[in-house]
Amino acid sequence: MSNRSLDLKSQEEMLKKERKANNAWNKLKRNKTAMIGLVIVVIMTLMALFSPLIAPSDPNELSLSEVHLKPGEKGHIFGTDEYGRDLFSRIIYGSRISIIVAVGGTIVGGIIGILLGLIAGFKGGIVDSIIMRLMDGMFAFPFVLLSIVLMTVLGSGTKNLILAIGIANVPSYARIVRGQVHVVKNEEYCNAVRALGASDNRLLFSHILPNIISPIIVYATLNVAGAIISEASLSFLGLGIKPPTASWGNILRAGKDCLNTAPHVATISGLFILITVLGFNLLGDGIRDVLDPKMKR
Amino acid sequence: MEKSVLKVNNLSKIFKVKSNKLFDKPKMLKAVNDVSFEVLEGETLGVIGESGCGKSTLGRCIIQLLQTSSGEVLYNDAKINDLNSSELKKIRKDIQIIFQDPYSSLDPRKTVGAIIEEPMIIHNIGKHEDRKNKVIELLKEVGLDTFHVNRYPHEFSGGQRQRINVARALALNPKVIVCDEPVSALDVSVQAQVLNLLKDLQKKFNLTYVFISHDLSVVKYISDRIAIMYLGKIVEIGDAKNIYKEPKHPYTKALFSAIPPESPFENKQKLVLEGDVPSPLNLPSGCPLSTRCPNYMEKCSKTVPELKDIGDNHQVACFLYK
Repeated sequence: MSNRSLDLKSQEEMLKKERKANNAWNKLKRNKTAMIGLVIVVIMTLMALFSPLIAPSDPNELSLSEVHLKPGEKGHIFGTDEYGRDLFSRIIYGSRISIIVAVGGTIVGGIIGILLGLIAGFKGGIVDSIIMRLMDGMFAFPFVLLSIVLMTVLGSGTKNLILAIGIANVPSYARIVRGQVHVVKNEEYCNAVRALGASDNRLLFSHILPNIISPIIVYATLNVAGAIISEASLSFLGLGIKPPTASWGNILRAGKDCLNTAPHVATISGLFILITVLGFNLLGDGIRDVLDPKMKR
Repeated sequence: MEKSVLKVNNLSKIFKVKSNKLFDKPKMLKAVNDVSFEVLEGETLGVIGESGCGKSTLGRCIIQLLQTSSGEVLYNDAKINDLNSSELKKIRKDIQIIFQDPYSSLDPRKTVGAIIEEPMIIHNIGKHEDRKNKVIELLKEVGLDTFHVNRYPHEFSGGQRQRINVARALALNPKVIVCDEPVSALDVSVQAQVLNLLKDLQKKFNLTYVFISHDLSVVKYISDRIAIMYLGKIVEIGDAKNIYKEPKHPYTKALFSAIPPESPFENKQKLVLEGDVPSPLNLPSGCPLSTRCPNYMEKCSKTVPELKDIGDNHQVACFLYK
């Protein structure tokens, strides 16, 4: 072994190099698609944060003489909608609601669902049965119906919309997590950690959770996309964001009614939803790869 | 002179096997059945048996990964089964385990450094810097290099991974290590390296091993004493030399006659037991070997033979020896 081991200095260097290579941020930087996703997400987030600075005009300013202008006409970059409101400004302000609701709903649903799934999968037995039957009960309702019930109970508003979308998503997270915990909890390395005297909390959050994080991240990024659509459908039913406040869902719905005369309204708002969803998905895939030590690029 | 560190008294482990039928009673599987032995300080007790005889279950009962159904495990004359979790945590420091499968027994998401450091974090030993130094020290101790500390388990070979396992087990300075077939997943040349490592560490830290294996030559190489298990019971226990020279129990005889002869001119008698191992769900009454034994007597299927001393610390559970 002695002739194979390197001298101390080069060992130090190797240590530093590997520490750098294993650094999560450096790994993410090497992943091009993930960086594209990150750029999209950052742009959308900045847009939401600095809407008043970017938007050329008030999103709610009516101008009935300029109804359904085409993109580019009279200085309106994306044209105007059925009340003559500047579409560009509305999209920019809409990103606030849409992104907050989508990300917030995903986080709320994710945290509750992951915790319930972890407990159900880890404890097993009667606790597992109670939690999972409850989740099955929630699954029995169609997603929209469940959100409608929640929105009616909670009342409208952004906070409640986030809660409603979050809670409606809980069962899917719980189900995914519980299944994964069942697979991982009897792995030998979990036994090894138990034999070392680790507490259940340590085992759950330091060993089991990191090992099941991949499917959760993939699902969560897809879920952001789903939540934007959910917000749109709830707004459509009049339970989400009340007009005239702009959200991408609101704009898309309004655009649906005038697809023949002014297709740009639905197209542009739809495109923004599409790009944001794509951005989150790319970023999520990248993060998953970074967290998996077996993926090396 | 030598004192016993680990003592097992009448240990049994029974698993309930649920039936597929709705209102059927669950069946009882006696994996370990009324086993007693003791391990002396600084020695290696080899536990041999074919697969399914309860060796690993015994090991897991000793380190309290499985709850014992009856009987007791004593460490330094203090009972360690049925302890509450904080008392058990103190004991865990002294009794560690090395698992069979080096591929699944290391968390794939943690670096080697984090894996070896973890036991020290759990037991609140030392400051961050001290722990890091100890990790490096342990890595060297088991024959790995310093720069391995930031690597992940999947970047190592089986033998190296088993060395990491050994390092993790050593991190708490344990007194007793249960080795659950630590080399059976490795190829022969690596087996020898790991066995020698275990032997060296034993000398250096005065460790006591309970070495579980199905590999007769491995056990012969490493053990001071051996216990032979069959269907959850110890049928023979004694000094390794004596047993390898002159096995007493019919099962041990049959087992050792299966070792290939060392020279082609050696005339070795083969003793083959008839039939298959009975299912542990349905144990034969009396001696577990009574259904297959070549020396079957009538009382074998009526009463269970106890382990009896036949001199030289050699104990056999058979009516042939009184």
